[in-house]
Amino acid sequence: MAKRIDVKDLDIFYGDFKAVEGVSMTVEPRSVTAFIGPSGCGKSTVLRTLNRMHEVIPGGRVDGKVLLDDQDLYARTMDPVDVRRTVGMVFQRPNPFPTMSIKDNVAAGLKLNGVKNKKRLDEVVEKSLKGANLWNEVKDRLDKPGAGLSGGQQQRLCIARAIAVEPQVLLMDEPCSALDPISTLAIEDLINELKSQFTIVIVTHNMQQAARVSDQTAFFNLKATGQPGRLVEVGDTQKIFSNPDEQATEDYISGRFG
Amino acid sequence: MSTSITGHSAIDDLPDPEGHGPHEGDRASTSRWGDRLFGGAAKASGLFVVLLVTLVGLFLIVQAVPSLLNNEANFLTSTEWVPSGAEPRFGIAALLWATVITSVIAMLIAVPLGVAVALFITEYAPSWLSKPAAVIIDLLAAVPSIVFGFWGLTIAGQYFQPVQDFLAGTFGFIPFFKDSGFSAKSTLAFAGIILAFMILPIITAISREVFNQVPTPHKEGALALGATKWEMIRTAVLPFGKPGVISGAMLGLGRALGETLAVMILLSTLNPSAPWSFSIFNGGETFASKIALNAGEFDSPQKTGAYIAAGLVLFILTFIVNSIARVVINRRKAFSE
Amino acid sequence: MSTVTHVGEESTRAKAVTLPDMGGKSSGRAIKDQAARIVMWSAFVIACVPLVWILVSTLLKGGHMLASVDWWTLSQNGITARREGGGAAHAIQGTLIQGAVTALMSVPIGVLTAIYLVEYGRGRFAKAVSFMVDILTGVPSIVAALFIYALWVTTFGFQRVPFAVTLALVLLMIPTIVRSTEEMLKLVPNELREASYALGVPKWKTIVSIVLPTAFSGIVTGVLLGLARVMGETAPLIILGPYTKSMASNLFDGLMGTLPTMINQDRTEALQPAVDRVWGAALTLILIVFVLNLLGRFLGRFSKVS
Repeated sequence: MAKRIDVKDLDIFYGDFKAVEGVSMTVEPRSVTAFIGPSGCGKSTVLRTLNRMHEVIPGGRVDGKVLLDDQDLYARTMDPVDVRRTVGMVFQRPNPFPTMSIKDNVAAGLKLNGVKNKKRLDEVVEKSLKGANLWNEVKDRLDKPGAGLSGGQQQRLCIARAIAVEPQVLLMDEPCSALDPISTLAIEDLINELKSQFTIVIVTHNMQQAARVSDQTAFFNLKATGQPGRLVEVGDTQKIFSNPDEQATEDYISGRFG
Repeated sequence: MSTSITGHSAIDDLPDPEGHGPHEGDRASTSRWGDRLFGGAAKASGLFVVLLVTLVGLFLIVQAVPSLLNNEANFLTSTEWVPSGAEPRFGIAALLWATVITSVIAMLIAVPLGVAVALFITEYAPSWLSKPAAVIIDLLAAVPSIVFGFWGLTIAGQYFQPVQDFLAGTFGFIPFFKDSGFSAKSTLAFAGIILAFMILPIITAISREVFNQVPTPHKEGALALGATKWEMIRTAVLPFGKPGVISGAMLGLGRALGETLAVMILLSTLNPSAPWSFSIFNGGETFASKIALNAGEFDSPQKTGAYIAAGLVLFILTFIVNSIARVVINRRKAFSE
Repeated sequence: MSTVTHVGEESTRAKAVTLPDMGGKSSGRAIKDQAARIVMWSAFVIACVPLVWILVSTLLKGGHMLASVDWWTLSQNGITARREGGGAAHAIQGTLIQGAVTALMSVPIGVLTAIYLVEYGRGRFAKAVSFMVDILTGVPSIVAALFIYALWVTTFGFQRVPFAVTLALVLLMIPTIVRSTEEMLKLVPNELREASYALGVPKWKTIVSIVLPTAFSGIVTGVLLGLARVMGETAPLIILGPYTKSMASNLFDGLMGTLPTMINQDRTEALQPAVDRVWGAALTLILIVFVLNLLGRFLGRFSKVS
């Protein structure tokens, strides 16, 4: 179920403004890769190019390649909608659909793509909620609105919603930044479980979190203010946190800036 | 929950800093048929609206021009209105005067009153009253124009008679207040007063909207310096809200200029041979009331064209006034950016 | 707002205690402040007077008409100004039919235009559309009526039929629907659109299944407020929709009575039965318009966005 991602010489633009320059890296299947770096360095932007969400912003475009098991996501024949079905995403703030029940939220991806079989939908809802460690908390109120859950539960609901469409890759854009420490811990545990099935890329501001959950860490930084962001260094999390190659990485991790 | 009467446009707005609101014109649309069809339908609706307005202007012009060419009188300066016959003579001077003077009277009353009511709702009303008060004022806008006119003529008008008698008696030497022998309920002055209440809601609604947007730090800053509430309003709220008040007033003016039924019911028409008068206690006809009153007369293209020409002038007037309102709103947006 | 009020009151009070030596100066300011308070309150009271007065007048003069069953079931067919009796059913029906048909035509165009402006529109064309909606917002109802007259009667040579009235009303209703829908769509958090895209849902389906349902009650509110506005419109009826006393439901042939034209028909009569009918029709029209208006506001409370 999980696929490998290869990014090659990726430049990312907002209109004429080059936001990120020359990113090349590989993400192994069934691993967790963390993107870290100071605010505005382009790590979320890079993440959003991995499922072509970057394009929904006016003027958003990219140069270079993103390969998913050797398939170019930016090939001309590739439909961005299909890409997003293959590469799921969880956002910074929990965003369950306010008009839908818990159950419908989880089933939304399938339903909106034309799956009508009730039995199959029910199965997927249960499986996904179990996968997101939420089933026991909500199984008695599946028909209640998703917006009635706590922040941490809502975020797990959004994870359930994302994995319900059975993507190959799961992208997470600071999924815990709006959550309290206990909910954060629950999500981190969940990430550890999910990586047996999915390739996961997570953007985080929290370096302890990156160290706890990821196998591989990529450090992004700006060359200078106004310059495009770039990938400074990528490697095993252990190595990045204990013995990075670049001085900038070491400075950032030891808290000297950022 | 805001009402629709404020005529706010998404295009003019800034993106919300918290990421609310869509990215206008994002590129999430794809080449699949559903997206093409839906996006196409949306764009076609937009196109329809553009065509509609263009057609309104075009049709009015096309049908007005032949009549204007046949017109033997000066269309802009003549006060005559004999649109039929071999030598039609018609001009809009009298209509323009009645339209403008009723609207001016309405503005003189409605702007201060509307601003005061907006201040009441946003600053003075106890919290339990604030929302109902806003709804009550909005409901005033929902009273049909014809009801307003009928009520004004048959009920409220008589109470204006003493006011008119007093003003005409005391200041009658000024042409403006000269008694013209009309009952108070059917004069330009009273029509203006009724119009004032009809446009009050829109002025209040828009003023209210901007007063609510005054940044709390501005207000608290003033209060922290020991200002009284009124001083705070004068120094923080009113300057900030001024463009909103102006644009609200302009939108109100646009309404007043085009208001038809109430004015038509109230105003006494003038005898065509009556001498010209600048008195506000005179009768008269506005563009809108003239057209509506003579709807039964649209029997020849020549006549119809004359009325359409009058309608065209009204369209242009309201267009200019509304554009000013829009420019003022947009300029404020540009400053707050 | 209320917190600010508190701050204001407390600071005034605190000043009075801690700075007694400024008493002379303060009292002048306090008087001004008090005067302003009185002015604002009286402004509100004055603004309320016409509404209350109109409501009370119509209730007193027209209320008894609405109390009879005939009012709601009979037309004025065969009844003269001199005679009592008959009802307003023909006019109520006409107003409701014309309102419904107007809404039926305006809502799809208005909502789609708003969707275009909010979800698709960029660049010059969108600016042009937005500008045209602004112009349309300001078009006086009499001008809309003249345009339809110039189109329908003068150009096409058709008769003045109820459908022509609805066309003029559509012109007036579209801009209010566009603006209110636009506002509601803008309130739908962009995060919901992104969440939907990220599930591999195409844009059109995102709009139809996520954005519109989220904004639904707000859109309905806008439609009802717009409908309330056009139902009270009279100018297009006077130009395009002559009155008739009998029941009519054909939009494309003959005449159709409506409440505004029923008022207009008899408003100059001095005979009591006619006067009663005018007030009855006025009250009925106000009731319909207010019910729609308040219903719209009430539904707006259930909005998923705010």
